[in-house]
Amino acid sequence: MAKEGAPEKLIIDGKRLDGRDFETFRKFDLSVHVLKRSNGSGTFAFGNTRAIAGVQGPRELHPKFLQDPRNAVLRCRYMMAPFSTSDRIRPGHSRRGTEISKVTTDAFMSVLCPEDFPKTGIDVFIQILEADASTRCAGINAASLALADAAVPMKDLIASCSVGKVEGHIVTDLNGPEDMYGDVDFAVSMIGDTDKVVHLQMDGVITRDELSRMLIMAHKGCSEVYKNMKAALKAKYSSNVEGE
Amino acid sequence: MTGQNYIKKIFSEGKRLDNRKMDEFRKVSVETGILSNAEGSAKIKFGDTELLVGIKMDVLTPFPDTPNEGVLMVESEFVPFASPEFELGPPCEQAVELARVVDRGIRECKAVDVEKLCIEAGEKVWAVHIDINIINHDGNLIDAASIGAIAALLNTKIPKYDAEKGKVIRELGEQLPLKDAPIELTVFKIGDTLFMDPTIEEEDEMEARITMAITQDGNISAIQKGGTGYFTSTEIETAADMIIAKSKDLRSFLK
Repeated sequence: MAKEGAPEKLIIDGKRLDGRDFETFRKFDLSVHVLKRSNGSGTFAFGNTRAIAGVQGPRELHPKFLQDPRNAVLRCRYMMAPFSTSDRIRPGHSRRGTEISKVTTDAFMSVLCPEDFPKTGIDVFIQILEADASTRCAGINAASLALADAAVPMKDLIASCSVGKVEGHIVTDLNGPEDMYGDVDFAVSMIGDTDKVVHLQMDGVITRDELSRMLIMAHKGCSEVYKNMKAALKAKYSSNVEGE
Repeated sequence: MTGQNYIKKIFSEGKRLDNRKMDEFRKVSVETGILSNAEGSAKIKFGDTELLVGIKMDVLTPFPDTPNEGVLMVESEFVPFASPEFELGPPCEQAVELARVVDRGIRECKAVDVEKLCIEAGEKVWAVHIDINIINHDGNLIDAASIGAIAALLNTKIPKYDAEKGKVIRELGEQLPLKDAPIELTVFKIGDTLFMDPTIEEEDEMEARITMAITQDGNISAIQKGGTGYFTSTEIETAADMIIAKSKDLRSFLK
């Protein structure tokens, strides 16, 4: 199975290559309201994986035939910046990006109240600035902060994290080498700290028993992400009620 | 009562429009070797849902990071005669997702033995193109497409390759080497009810779906959740059990 360029071991003496325990996240880095020309914006980082998201809208949706007379139309767009990976990524459409954009949009539809803004479009642009695994999760978290910052009514925030299987161990928040040479990548998003899964994608092979264990670990992970996102929003808006 | 509310209501009473059980499939038919110009092919029907899968193979330069491995590609085409909602043009989100979910179901458990598809390391490898052509969309395309893909792969013979002339000779040779035959199935949710193999009327009302590929050993390879609703962890585990159980039944259609 060993691929070229793979480290000999990804886990040594119960520690991962970046020194973490199995259930420890990389360092979070979050910010809210970082873009002046977006209605709402946020950034979210798991270690070196960094995402930025901006919301335009709710605004009149063009072309008109795309409008829904009863609901807002949400369009999330996931993009990787050309310089976000070691090999340059060609800008523009990719099948991977299209799929992630779709599942991200579906995830947020579960908490949005689209009937509040009929005929409008809510566009969420997510860009990955640096990729070191778990990019779709960082992107969803950044989008969550951006939608909250834009004051788009939501039933709750969506929190996302990856878990995975590396050399037989179930771990939280895969890093780059674990994503590339590990066995399983399991990306999950949940509504707040509830146990409601609105997004789940897995690559790799697991047993039925591992599925249960990964769901438990993902729930813990999403709760931790959620706590941090809420704290960042509170820090931004409770100390700064008057605005900038 | 609107059609939408009616479907929700009868599901809440534990019934379906056509009186099937929640995990019961419509009549399944799988025919293979039906396209004479394809290296492998299958026609799948789940009730009125119908699609064709054709396998074509050609010779390509391998990707730099996998110089010894053949290339696997899945693409799908939603022809507008299959549904009034399909349109011509570049693949829609739904078509891209379908192809990528079918792709992952096959790729993640290494069903195709890509190392045996190397002709000359770093220079020439076989590419396996799996093309899914939707003929009639009456719900549950992912399951039909993935079973179609596996049935077609099992039916695939590698053409000959003339290395001197650099030409593929369309003369069927050995069986395509496979290491697994995953069955990829989906559980849908309306209200609190989990069910399988929806017709289009049922699928249009679904709140969420989850797809899992099950290997020959009964392990789970590749998962995709879709739809705008949610599943609890318990529901996901129930869905996994339904899919594992049903995958055993549907495996009998692969020969």
